[in-house]
Amino acid sequence: MSLRIVVCVKYVPDATGDRQFTEDLTVNRDDVDGLLSELDEYAVEQALQISENSDDDVEITVLTVGPEDAKDALRKALSMGADKAIHVEDDDLHGTDVMGTSLVLAKAIEKAGYDLVITGMASTDGTMGVLPAILAERLGVPQATLLSEVKVEDGTVTGRRDGDSASEQLQASLPALVSVTDQSGEARYPSFKGIMAAKKKPVESWDLEDLEIEADEVGLEGSWTAVDSAAQRPARTAGTIVKDEGEGGKQLAEFLAGQKFI
Amino acid sequence: MAEVLVYVDHVDGAVRKPTLELLTLARRIGEPVAVALGAGADATAAVLAEHGAVKVLTADAPEFAEYLVVPKVDALQAAYDAVSPAAVLVPSSAEGKEIAARLAVRIGSGIITDAVDLEAGDEGPVATQSAFAASFTTKSRVSKGTPVITVKPNSAPVEAAPAAGAVEALAVTFGALATGTKVTGRTPRESTGRPELTEAAIVVSGGRGVNGAENFGIIEELADSLGAAVGASRAAVDAGWYPHTNQVGQTGKSVSPQLYIASGISGAIQHRAGMQTSKTIVAINKDAEAPIFDLVDYGVVGDLFAVVPQLTAEIKARKG
Ligand SMILES: Cc1cc2nc3c(=O)[nH]c(=O)nc-3n(C[C@H](O)[C@H](O)[C@H](O)COP(=O)(O)OP(=O)(O)OC[C@H]3O[C@@H](n4cnc5c(N)ncnc54)[C@H](O)[C@@H]3O)c2cc1C
Ligand SMILES: Cc1cc2nc3c(=O)[nH]c(=O)nc-3n(C[C@H](O)[C@H](O)[C@H](O)COP(=O)(O)OP(=O)(O)OC[C@H]3O[C@@H](n4cnc5c(N)ncnc54)[C@H](O)[C@@H]3O)c2cc1C
Repeated sequence: MSLRIVVCVKYVPDATGDRQFTEDLTVNRDDVDGLLSELDEYAVEQALQISENSDDDVEITVLTVGPEDAKDALRKALSMGADKAIHVEDDDLHGTDVMGTSLVLAKAIEKAGYDLVITGMASTDGTMGVLPAILAERLGVPQATLLSEVKVEDGTVTGRRDGDSASEQLQASLPALVSVTDQSGEARYPSFKGIMAAKKKPVESWDLEDLEIEADEVGLEGSWTAVDSAAQRPARTAGTIVKDEGEGGKQLAEFLAGQKFI
Repeated sequence: MAEVLVYVDHVDGAVRKPTLELLTLARRIGEPVAVALGAGADATAAVLAEHGAVKVLTADAPEFAEYLVVPKVDALQAAYDAVSPAAVLVPSSAEGKEIAARLAVRIGSGIITDAVDLEAGDEGPVATQSAFAASFTTKSRVSKGTPVITVKPNSAPVEAAPAAGAVEALAVTFGALATGTKVTGRTPRESTGRPELTEAAIVVSGGRGVNGAENFGIIEELADSLGAAVGASRAAVDAGWYPHTNQVGQTGKSVSPQLYIASGISGAIQHRAGMQTSKTIVAINKDAEAPIFDLVDYGVVGDLFAVVPQLTAEIKARKG
């Protein structure tokens, strides 16, 4: 038996950098270093663990939709241990929203062929957390999302979803889509051997034409949403800071009382 | 006036506060029609009517509890087809966002998630969002299809606005995908008796500085003296000192209370992403250079094991 896993990974600006918007109100990717979204490392990790625990012949493909530099994210995933990569890149994709991105990802996943799709819980830039559900809808496969524990056995995926009001055990038949949280287990660091091996692994590049998507279905023009403005939040006005000389708690209580919290 | 669908988040008929906030926002753009699903759905009508729902569409079926997300999408789509609304508003819970997103695909609409405000506009409702760990505020619209918008808790006041709230049964047929993901077990969370983290007016959080599960008692005592919810940083959660459901930040809960008190938390960007929009921020940290102090209205540089118990005692004394 073989098991084809496609892991969706996003290339994002470093969250610890000074992230800004450009004039057309898209993410400024020039002034902040980009990297593989940390939360997608957990998706790659779970794919690797499923592979390691499986008797099947598992092939892991990592897939990204993003600009030229997004190859860095693919390289990182390959050096962690994924087998091959697909980069969907096209100038017409600039400014694509979640509906457009999911359309492109769904077409690419179908073209690649899959039994299981694994995504992160949310990106660290857009942070919407809805792309996995949208992908499942578009692909027409079961969605087992926000899993903190995941297992694949005999064509079935099972896992634990820790929700607001309950912790749920889920079960679905393959083909299926899974998203994993940062509670699913630490992601491994690429080894030196892994980094060297990654250089020889295949990275395919596809554009919109390869996926039979028209330019006006995606990009800023084809967007289902429009951003009218983006304003830097005014810095919070500097507060009062006191050093505790034995009365710090009482001083704080006085402040809270003044603000009518007590 | 145009009708606006509002998806109701409730537990066995008890409507959660963010849904009432949605009704306030829905009334700015039209007449709210509520959709309540699952056990106790009919019991939601009275409180929804009090807050402006002109109609309450209800449905119950075992599928809602036995399978993940999709049966609820089928039902919301049935409501959409029945009402042809001007917009669909859904609370920004993990499940709410997934339901909204799948509906948007089906009806060919764009989606905006995690709005913190909503106003009527010439080209449809305008949503305010916080971006990049709340360092930016954006205004956006859905430009294709019927706007589907998810809204964060504490984004609007709860307002009384009595309306008819007539209950109507919603006819739902489940599609082939509805039974795709089976819920084979469910362990409900134990109630702590404290307010819900995302809905609380005051949140008291502890971080790595709390230094042990056994020490979280002093954070809880402060929280209880103020009637607050308890939060924790990821460092405290990863160390196993406090449950993940209480984590505040990018991969935990996003909170926006009137007052946020951080003790022994440095203020990393991923933590700030979940609390930076709080109205008043207070921190206790022994390191005067900790980045959390950049955010505070009031900060105490000191040992939390001295400051927090003194604060709790003073609050109790003042409250008598
Ligand atoms: C601040 C901000 C706010 C935004 N708000 C909206 C909005 O309200 N509505 C809207 O339609 N668009 C919005 N966008 C655009 C949207 O973020 C992108 O279109 C994005 O590609 C998909 O959303 P996400 O990153 O939030 O995905 P999420 O749903 O958070 O991502 C979940 C998972 O999907 C996978 N994934 C996401 N993007 C890619 C990719 N490009 N390649 C491969 N895998 C991927 C990853 O596995 C990821 O972990 C916003 C963008 C920004 C920066
Ligand atoms: C993808 C990703 C997602 C993340 N998501 C989250 C998230 O959702 N939430 C989150 O919180 N973090 C998140 N993090 C982690 C984040 O980067 C920080 O590591 C974390 O917030 C640090 O927690 P902390 O402030 O408690 O610990 P530290 O940074 O170690 O700070 C502890 C603070 O306590 C102070 N202190 C120590 N002892 C005392 C004392 N006796 N009295 C007073 N002060 C004392 C110290 O001076 C210090 O400032 C995420 C990281 C990544 C990469």
